[in-house]
Amino acid sequence: MNFFTMCILVAGFGMALGTLGTGLGQGMAVKSAVEGVSRNPGASGKILTTMMIGLAMIESLAIYALVVCLIILFANPYAKLAEELAKAVAK
Amino acid sequence: MIHPLMILEYFRKFLSSLHISGECVDAILYTWMIILCLLVLSVLATKSVKTIPDGLQNFMEAIIGGIENMIVETMGEEGRPFFPLIATLAIFVLVSNLSGLIPGFYPPTANINTTAACAVVVFITTHIVGIKQHGFGYVKHFMGPIIWLAPVIFFIEVIGHLSRPVSLTLRLFGNMNGHELVLMIFFGLAPFLVPLPMIIMGVLVSFIQAFVFMLLAMIYIQGSLEHAH
Repeated sequence: MNFFTMCILVAGFGMALGTLGTGLGQGMAVKSAVEGVSRNPGASGKILTTMMIGLAMIESLAIYALVVCLIILFANPYAKLAEELAKAVAK
Repeated sequence: MIHPLMILEYFRKFLSSLHISGECVDAILYTWMIILCLLVLSVLATKSVKTIPDGLQNFMEAIIGGIENMIVETMGEEGRPFFPLIATLAIFVLVSNLSGLIPGFYPPTANINTTAACAVVVFITTHIVGIKQHGFGYVKHFMGPIIWLAPVIFFIEVIGHLSRPVSLTLRLFGNMNGHELVLMIFFGLAPFLVPLPMIIMGVLVSFIQAFVFMLLAMIYIQGSLEHAH
């Protein structure tokens, strides 16, 4: 397989796997927060703040995956090396 | 990004001797524009302060009052001295995020250098506040509860503290840049009406990310204010 084809495949699958766990985690956090608010609507302000912090922390995992995928796609450090290698093989 | 604004080309030529890449020059220019707008707005709002506010003063007072309430709620009364820093960060980040909605503008927070600058300010502030509050006893924050575990805990704590600016930077940058990328891809696919839902979601993301940035800055500063346990 071509190096760049692999890069695109890896970026897609990496993002998919990265968001899978994050989505599950955020869903659980929001579920608990909604349960808490429905039991005690008076505490909704505090629960919202805490939930936001938690969500931000969980979300940063998906953002890390996104940044890594962006690096693989747009700022790949090995792109030049792979290109030279491909040229040398073609010769 | 190449924009129809003529001032941008001129600015790029102006800064070309500093060897800054084109995107970064754009981010710097937009940052300065936003700073200028906010300065003019605040001067206009406080030009004639009245006891019964109206118009612009009313609007600004609502924003400032909301942020102040949030600081007192999260940090308590000792958080009041940090109100200028946190409110500035919040308003700057919010306006930068929302400036992506203006045609021809690119949010400066979608550039990693802007977000890194904001995050480093928060990072340095937390440690200065900690040293000011506790003196040499600030080391206790890094020691953990048990003294003979301190050598192990110390490195974990240092890594934890170093990861804070990284996560602050990457969260804001990733959200804003990802949103802009998605918008660009949608525009490429179907420029009519299809990107609209993403734009609406972008407004939501802008508000939430500004809120989260402010909240995390408050919590980090509060963490170095309180005593180690």
